[in-house]
Amino acid sequence: MTRLLLAALLALSALSSPALAVQPDEVLPDPALETRARTISQELRCLVCQNQSIDDSNAPLARDLRLLVRDRLKAGDSDDKVMEYVTDRYGDYVLLRPPFKATTLVLWIGPFAVLLLGAAGTFLFLRGRRGVAAGADTAPLSADERRRLDALLRKDD
Amino acid sequence: MIPELGHYALVLALFVALVQSVPPLVGAATRNGAWMNVAVPAAIAQMLLVLLSYAALTWAHVVSDFSVLNVVQNSHSAKPMLYKVSGVWGNHEGSMMLWIVMLTIFGAAVAVFGRNLPPTLKARVLAVQGLIGVGFLLFILITSNPFIRVIPAPIDGNDLNPLLQDPGLAFHPPFLYAGYVGFSMAFSFAVAALIEGRVDPAWARWVRPWTLAAWSTLTMGIAMGSWWAYYELGWGGWWYWDPVENASFMPWLAGTALLHSAIVVEKRDALKSWTILLAIVTFSLSLMGTFLVRSGILTSVHAFAVDPKRGIFILVLLAIATGGSLLLYSLRAPTLKAGGLFAPISREGALVLNNLLLSTATATVFIGTLYPLFLDILKLGKVSVGAPFFNATFVPVAIPMVVAMVVGPYLSWKRADLGAALTRLWVAGVAVVAAVAVTAYVKAGSGPLLALVGIGLAAWAFVGSLVEFADRIALFRTSFRNSWNRAVHLPRSAWGMTIAHACVGLSILGMTGTSAWQTESITAMKPGDRASVAGYEFRFDSVGLVDGPNFKAERGVFTVTKDGQRIATLEPERRSYTTTRMTTTESAIHTTVFSDLYVALGDPTQNGTAWIVRIYHHPLVPWIWIGGVGMMLGGLVSLTDRRFRIGAPERRRAAGKTDGKSAPLPAE
Amino acid sequence: MRRLLYLLPFLLFIGVGIAFYLGFERDPRDIPSALIDKPAPTFDLPAIPGQMVQGQPATSGLSSAKLAGDVTLVNVFASWCIPCKAEHPVITRLSREQGVTVYGINYKDKPEDALTWLSRNGNPYAAIGADQDGRVSIDWGVYGVPESYLIDRKGRIRFKHVGPLTPQVVEEQILPMVKHLRQG
Repeated sequence: MTRLLLAALLALSALSSPALAVQPDEVLPDPALETRARTISQELRCLVCQNQSIDDSNAPLARDLRLLVRDRLKAGDSDDKVMEYVTDRYGDYVLLRPPFKATTLVLWIGPFAVLLLGAAGTFLFLRGRRGVAAGADTAPLSADERRRLDALLRKDD
Repeated sequence: MIPELGHYALVLALFVALVQSVPPLVGAATRNGAWMNVAVPAAIAQMLLVLLSYAALTWAHVVSDFSVLNVVQNSHSAKPMLYKVSGVWGNHEGSMMLWIVMLTIFGAAVAVFGRNLPPTLKARVLAVQGLIGVGFLLFILITSNPFIRVIPAPIDGNDLNPLLQDPGLAFHPPFLYAGYVGFSMAFSFAVAALIEGRVDPAWARWVRPWTLAAWSTLTMGIAMGSWWAYYELGWGGWWYWDPVENASFMPWLAGTALLHSAIVVEKRDALKSWTILLAIVTFSLSLMGTFLVRSGILTSVHAFAVDPKRGIFILVLLAIATGGSLLLYSLRAPTLKAGGLFAPISREGALVLNNLLLSTATATVFIGTLYPLFLDILKLGKVSVGAPFFNATFVPVAIPMVVAMVVGPYLSWKRADLGAALTRLWVAGVAVVAAVAVTAYVKAGSGPLLALVGIGLAAWAFVGSLVEFADRIALFRTSFRNSWNRAVHLPRSAWGMTIAHACVGLSILGMTGTSAWQTESITAMKPGDRASVAGYEFRFDSVGLVDGPNFKAERGVFTVTKDGQRIATLEPERRSYTTTRMTTTESAIHTTVFSDLYVALGDPTQNGTAWIVRIYHHPLVPWIWIGGVGMMLGGLVSLTDRRFRIGAPERRRAAGKTDGKSAPLPAE
Repeated sequence: MRRLLYLLPFLLFIGVGIAFYLGFERDPRDIPSALIDKPAPTFDLPAIPGQMVQGQPATSGLSSAKLAGDVTLVNVFASWCIPCKAEHPVITRLSREQGVTVYGINYKDKPEDALTWLSRNGNPYAAIGADQDGRVSIDWGVYGVPESYLIDRKGRIRFKHVGPLTPQVVEEQILPMVKHLRQG
């Protein structure tokens, strides 16, 4: 199930940018492996940069990690195992897509929860008001009240 | 001497701001006309003083007065004049000055053009605006004073960061700040209304032009920032979900919700407390953005130099402004009279849905941007939230929003027939199917499935908006002359809406195209080598050395051909700036209606005979920014709607009364 | 009840404001180690080519086998790293006067540059491993230089410090921890 969810999420973020700092000598000869390398690189944070992936960054550490990813892929690791290899050493912080854990529950569920709560709130609010209007049971105004009303309306102008 | 004048003007402005705030507030509460009237000349005076101060700072930069610390830190005598002028706002102190300039311009504009506002409301609006001014003038004078002198003056300055020495710097910040800070007006109106205890359709009509102006300029500012990043950073990315980008995007999202929510207040006297809350939240998000960029608590490519002292000060301002207004909201909002009723399926209902989705989108960006901080505070570890998260959570909210955006205008007020509305959109439906089919055929196999969704959505938005407009003018249902007449007499806000909504479709088209079908070539090339990308052939002709005013560059020459026909000559550069010793890549781009061809010259290889050359083909990317500019234009067209030109004489002579109020709203 | 709902934005803001205030204490760039309490990575690094030990060419560099038995400090350094020079006296004092064995990992350095740096500044390390391509350092989770790791007697990483060591960090964190680990 989580795999399906992950695949859906990956699909949604497949709208991503191509390699931005990859050097020609890093590119693997096997295009399928290279594509996997690039997808993985775009999910890994460059730890010495300000908010870039290792795919985007020119930093030496980014290059080292790009080469590492490719080496692991050549050794036959699956995408998940490569990510695990890197997070074993650097922790979850290196992932640009936060993992789905107890500590990130609020993060991932949050937006959906906001939508649900907002929808519920709106629904209740709208229903409440219709109830008020339907229940209104007004007697006609007396002459005195009518005069006061006219005076008030004129004052508001 | 002139910097001292500027400094003095700034201090004076602070006192004028106090005069603009306190007496009018007191006067409004005690119905003292004289005290209330102080606000108008004070607002104008404050603007003039701040402009004078800003001009003094600019003068110091232009003449390269290196006895002023701000000039030393950010300028250089060899820097081109364009960047001497625009570099004034390219640093923390100068950008805060720009902040204040925009704040006071908006304040003075309301003072001058708001003749029709009820006196107590006007006094309170200007007073709140003045209070914001007091806060920020204090901030500048105490923590970020640009007029500090350095004695003895150094011979030359440190030069401006080369990444900022670009025409983008001349345009992006002013538009961004006009928008960002312009929302302060909606905020002031909201707080004033809460103090008054009354929100009515007239209030919404007065608020809308300022909100529109701020929204339009912010749209432009964000679009320009995106374009600038695209061509400057050397790799063709146009949005990174960087915390500072998010900090400008959140006010935009909330501001869009505000804009649309205010329509309901104006037309149906409903959704008042929601609109007030949005006005407060939008500007608070602007303030929060200002805080995040300058406090150092989040990492970002864009962040200004970090100084916790400044961060604390802005946090205090944020606490007073946002905390105060939200507290006031919790006390006063429940007393606002509820307005018109409506069925769930109606124009109001659609706008409520719009509010809901935009608020969710804002919350999503908010949660994602601040989550690392929250988790760290609670000592629950460190996570990083990057682009993949935002793409996964934002896009699913944006899709139904765009779908509803097209249907909404078809729904009538109070109660509407959804089925009838959808039926009238059948042309748009056909367009969607056709667009998706054509794309699937042409791009068979390449690109993610989501790209087809994007294309369909873009077609829906673009065609749907035009279809709605055609429907309004009864195109093809009556003579062209009649349709033309109808079109000409449609309120400008209708034109504006159609343009803006259609351009959303254009932007989506660009975003989809470039994200799904980009191709590239990254190779080491020697002069004479060729590379092939997306059917275009690139021949690397030569590399030469070029001298710039404050840099030296290697300039490559590439000839681009397609099927033998010469398309363009591209000349990317690698610049080394002498003073800062930084290197930048200036990519060369050939833009056509359908795509960008993008060439960046990278580092030379180890042996120095070849260069790393990156060539990209970005399909449809120009449409992102064309759409953005279009949205801004739509907003500006709406602004020219006569209903907002408060004080403009009526074209039709109303029987008897000419009270200066605009013509009654036409039935829609 | 409705009134409470209107109070919600204000309450949310208070929470956010407090978070911002507390945020000033924290450095967003500081990444905690993923290897705390885990065994140090297995590695075997050669000595810096050309390094001399007591007049003879060094025969062995640094390997994970050396890290068991006593509490040790592993310091990642390079000649091209300016803060490394700043922390050098602190490291020297730690190894020569304060009785802590310090091992060095020379990160992505040219041998001749590293040797010149060591001879110019002094060599406080009991042994040095040359990590020329940086792979072993990646195994340690190194993302910049200098970094220092405290290893216990069983060869587990118990503490990591990012950036140059200062006398304050040594007094307040390293020495107490060394004492604690030696007892336990």
